[in-house]
Parts: sequence; structure tokens; C-alpha cells
Amino acid sequence: MTAVVELERVTRTFGAVTALDDVSVTVGEGELVGLLGPNGAGKTTLLSLVSGLRKADSGTVRLFGGDPRHASSRIALGTTPQETGLPPTLTVGEVVDLVARHYPAPMTRAEVLARFGLEELVARQTGGLSGGQKRRLAVALALVGRPRLVLLDEPTTGLDVEARHILWQALRDYHADGATVLLTSHYLEEIEALAERVVVIGGGRVLADDTLTSVLGLVGLRRVLFSVPRVDAVDLARLPGAASAQQGADGRWTVLASDADRVVRALVEQDVPFEGLEVRGASLEEAFLTLTQKKEEVVR
Amino acid sequence: MSTVLAPRPFWSLAVLHARFQFLETVRIPIAVIGNLLFPSLALLFFVIPQRAVADDPGIATAAIAQLGVFAVMSTCLFSFGVGVSEDRALPFDPFLRTLPAGAGPRLVGRVLNGVLWSYLALVPLVLLGTFLTAATLTPGQAVAAIAMVPAVAVPFLLLGLAIGYRLSSKAAIAVVQATLFPLAFAGGLFLPPEAFPGWLDTLSKFLPSRAARDLAVQAVTGYEAYAGALVVILAWTAVFAALAVTAYRRDEGRRFH
Repeated sequence: MTAVVELERVTRTFGAVTALDDVSVTVGEGELVGLLGPNGAGKTTLLSLVSGLRKADSGTVRLFGGDPRHASSRIALGTTPQETGLPPTLTVGEVVDLVARHYPAPMTRAEVLARFGLEELVARQTGGLSGGQKRRLAVALALVGRPRLVLLDEPTTGLDVEARHILWQALRDYHADGATVLLTSHYLEEIEALAERVVVIGGGRVLADDTLTSVLGLVGLRRVLFSVPRVDAVDLARLPGAASAQQGADGRWTVLASDADRVVRALVEQDVPFEGLEVRGASLEEAFLTLTQKKEEVVR
Repeated sequence: MSTVLAPRPFWSLAVLHARFQFLETVRIPIAVIGNLLFPSLALLFFVIPQRAVADDPGIATAAIAQLGVFAVMSTCLFSFGVGVSEDRALPFDPFLRTLPAGAGPRLVGRVLNGVLWSYLALVPLVLLGTFLTAATLTPGQAVAAIAMVPAVAVPFLLLGLAIGYRLSSKAAIAVVQATLFPLAFAGGLFLPPEAFPGWLDTLSKFLPSRAARDLAVQAVTGYEAYAGALVVILAWTAVFAALAVTAYRRDEGRRFH
């Protein structure tokens, strides 16, 4: 399999902040990869290295085997502008033409507008589009050059459910034609809907890189909260089904559990005198934190 | 992976960017109209009523030439200084840099667009001059005038780039205005240098605006520019080029924080 994107031991800092810390990721032809991570995890930095906007401090970044900072390496790359960034006085058709003419074999204006349901807006200035229309146009601009690799940074943030599903379908169709897609999101739902492989990034490092199902298992944690007078008899973190345990400032314990039912059953079986039991879904943020902690334990 | 695709040729991309920048400019006409109008109004109110100036072919042609230098200078400083800094503020600019084209075509497109607008800025001046004054050009002088426009434009275009790549758009507007009017006045673009006191005339000869004015006047009337005008304008062009390159490089480093 040919590598479309190759990052090898890449580090990039901004002043005192390390955005990417010794990251290695390879994406092969035809893959649909989701980059998942909380805000500030380094996802956007990673995309900007692949699209040639920024340079790695150390390590190598290759795009179709070349340096992404050379225009010729980007000949088969499509990216999206941020929706707020479209030139307000140009019309939808003109912006499509401007971008299309950078590519050797682009889609026709009619084809790309039809794919995204923008036909009727062709003569409208982009400044007069709604947020959802701008978002659709932004993704259309990523595809107009028939790129073999599409980079999408939070493609459907701020869209309503229907618009989101239309965009997802357009991306699935384009991927089905053989293209490689790399998208970032901090919504698990979006990654679930699109990705086949998921790379979880946190604190500038790759925390997990696996199939969608395994990563969903990793991050699909629940929180079990309760108070106990004393816990010296039981190690809560080692209860069956538990991933980690932590005592909050108010004295209540939070056990992050991959299987909350087993944790509760074990608490009862071991006669732990718990009070005020609650079971809640864990946020993605918390799931990432457990992943980070596990990683550190392994390193230790 | 089987087909090897070549990037689009440099010049077709440069023309593409020039075309779309022209469209963007022309759709906010107030910015352009200001540029086009001010030199013509100055001609209409300050030159044409003075019949001693307007009826003398040599002096009238010189007066139009110096206002023409002003028109070119203000077009370049506004479209490059303010235009570049506004572009940098738009997220569309980094998006364009991910397309398969380097920074070159966009920059060349901007230069083409700036020179084109400089010519357009001269049209009302030339029309007013032809119909309402005694200004005349021989065919040779007309060709020289057309060739002078890019030569006058380049140093101010580089100064505009230096301002646009270093400053935010609000600061750039203020700095362009604070640069343009003193340079124009002291360069003899509003009042001819013959009306200057001795000290101002001496100072003026070191300014790029004065050098550009004298060279332009020489091209269309045959009044000799002062000795050293060419050296002064070339020296300033070198200084502005260095400033533009440093500003561009600093911007590359800073933009990404």
C-alpha cells in the first residue's frame, strides 16, 4: 500500500507550548481516518503540517512522498477554508472557479455545485450565504480539484443535523470513489459516522491508533460516583470493570468504568458501604484523560 | 498513483489571481473611486482655474504629471499596504497557500493588479488634461509616460508590501495615510518644487516622491530632472525592497502563533 501521508517522529512547538510531541502516523491510499481529540490536542497543527502551511521543528512530513511545502506535492491535495474566510464579494461560482483552476483536472462547476446542492446559489456573493451554505461551499472547495487526499478540519461544526448528514453523505460518496480522507473532530458522533480508523491525539501525542470499534471501546467509559466512609479494604481502581478511581475534593469517589454494571455488582459483593450511588456517561474529555493516564503508566 | 500531474503554469495562475483580485477590488468601488477621484479633483480645483498654468503647455503637462505620480503612489500604497494587511487577516489566505501554487503567482497577480489600477487612476487625469488644459504630448512622450508608470509604481509598491506584511489592517491604513500625504507634499506633487523654500527643496531631493516626480516630468515635458534623481529613486527602491523582504519573512514566522 502506498503511503499518502507520512509523519515520522514529528515535533512542533509554539513558543513554550508543544503542539506535537514525537508523533508518527502513516495514512495509506484509500483510508478514511478520523483524528479525534479535545481542543488544543494538536489536531489542527498536524493538518497544517500535512498541507504545507507550517514546518515541523524536527522529524519528517511527507505528502505523496514529497515535501508538502512544495506546491508540486500538493497537486492532489484538497483542503477547506474556514467558513468565515471566504472572500465576501466573490460569487459562489467565482470562488469555485478560482480554486478549480489551480488543479490539472478539476470537476466542472456544475458537477461540484450539484454534489453539494449549491446550484441555485451560483451567482450569490459568498458574503450573503448562511452559515450552513458557507460550510457546504467550503467542503465543495476541498473536492473541486478531484484531490486524492482530502483534509477536513472540523467539517460540520455548527451545522444542524440535516445539513450535517448531507455533508457526511457527500464525503462518504467521495471516499467511495477511491479518495483518502483525513478529518479532525472533537465530536465522537462525527468520527463514528465517517471514520474507519481513528487516531486519538491528546497533549500533542498519539494516545491510540486503531479501528473505530476498538477506539469506541476505549473511550466508551461510564462514571460511577459514590461516597464511602473508608476504602482501605478495597482497591477501587482494581474492581472488575473499572479503569481508574479518584477521590474528589468533596470526598466522593469517581470510578471510571468500561463496564459500570460489573463495578456496581462488585461493590455490592465486596460489601463496600457506599452511599449516594450515581452512574453517568463519561465525557469524551474524561475518556481522553484516562487514555493519557494509561499511556503514562505504560511509560513508567 | 499512475498518472503524473503537473502543476498549472506560473503565468496562468498569476493572471488568474490578478483577475480575481481585480474583481474583488471593483466590487467595493468606494475604495477605488477615492483613489481615482482625488487627483482629478485636485487638478480641477487647483490647476485648471489658474489659467497661467493651464494655458501653458509645458507647465500644464508638468502639473498633470506630478498629480499622476500622486495617483500611482496612492494606488500602490493603498492596494498593497492596506490590501495585503487585510488579506492576511482573512482565513482565506492560508487556505490559498494550501493550493498547488506557491506564494509567487499570488504576489505577481497583486503586482499586475496594482499596475493596472495605476493606469486606470491616470485615465481621468489624462482626459481632464486633454480637454481643459493646454497640456500636450508628442507620441514619443506618450510612450515614455506609459513606460514610466511601472517604474514609478515599483518603489511604492514595495513600500506598500513592507507596511502590509508588518502591520494589522487598521494600523496599515493609518500608516499609509501618514506616509502618503507628507511624502506627496514634500515631493512636490501638490505644489511644484519651484514654490518651495530653499531648505525644503534640498530636503525634497532626497525623497523618492520628488525623484519620481522629476523623472516623470522630464519624460513628458523635457524639463531636466535634478542630477541624482535616478540614484535617489534606485536607492529608495533597494531600501523598500529590503524592508518588504524582511517584513514578509517576519510575517511567516509570526503568523503561525
